Amino acid sequence: MKVRDVLDMVECTVEAGTSGLDNEVKCGYASDLLSDVMAHARDGDIWVTVQAHENIIAVATLVGLAAIVVAGGVECQPEAARRADEEGIPLLRTRLPAFEVVGRLYAAGVRGRTGS
Amino acid sequence: MRLECKVTGGDFQAAGEAAAKLKRTLRQVGIDAETARRAAIVAYEAEMNIVIHAFRGVLSVDISPERIEIVADDEGPGIPDIPLAMQEGYSTAPEHIREMGFGAGLGLPNMKRYSDEFHIESTVGRGTNVRMVINLPSKGSLT
Ligand SMILES: Nc1ncnc2c1ncn2[C@@H]1O[C@H](COP(=O)(O)OP(=O)(O)OP(=O)(O)O)[C@@H](O)[C@H]1O
Ligand SMILES: [Mg+2]
Repeated sequence: MKVRDVLDMVECTVEAGTSGLDNEVKCGYASDLLSDVMAHARDGDIWVTVQAHENIIAVATLVGLAAIVVAGGVECQPEAARRADEEGIPLLRTRLPAFEVVGRLYAAGVRGRTGS
Repeated sequence: MRLECKVTGGDFQAAGEAAAKLKRTLRQVGIDAETARRAAIVAYEAEMNIVIHAFRGVLSVDISPERIEIVADDEGPGIPDIPLAMQEGYSTAPEHIREMGFGAGLGLPNMKRYSDEFHIESTVGRGTNVRMVINLPSKGSLT
């Protein structure tokens, strides 16, 4: 599944990073703690969070995430959008709450990583 | 090869740049993705600790055929109780920093977990020095 395939599914708008919309979504990760994401998310994960500031882009770039879904209708900060464009990380925003976003992704076949 | 980056306390705009630069360099010199990931994680956590907890510092990285050595040296308040600071979940980050998703108390444990060698020294009122080594997989020949 590609990032562009989840857009309708999670009812999101693309805030920035359109050049990454063809990134392959391998798995998913949900967390609002940046050090937790650094340690446990993996290359190709789609990340569901309510954080929307610029530092989420640094995390996404370092981990090699496929995309970020900012849930719960949180406004993305302009600096985050600017960075997402620079790095080609799709920054998606939805008014759906995080639980619903994860549920829809899971139902469509996106799994979390279990075990190591 | 040596890389050096200045890190400024409180500068959340530039936060993560040193670690990103390191990861790019490691990939350019042909270091495998998993090793580069571990180096990026520990460098990021060390960099963020300077941004969040210290005044200023330097993140330096030495890359040799055998190992990557990452040193974060800062001027800052120092850490009074290192074993306590090393505990998962322990954090003194203020509320407005926690709201940004920092301050989970996972940074130091991550650094230890993802490095092969981890050394930390700190002097209260002066600063903190963290030195980490990641061994590179040997290219076959035993020495
Ligand atoms: N460079 C530093 N200077 C001063 N204090 C530090 C430094 N690094 C860590 N500490 C202290 O050790 C505590 C634990 O650090 P750790 O990196 O594990 O967690 P954190 O930075 O608070 O949260 P997280 O890394 O999960 O965002 C910090 O809250 C702080 O009190
Ligand atoms: Mg930390």
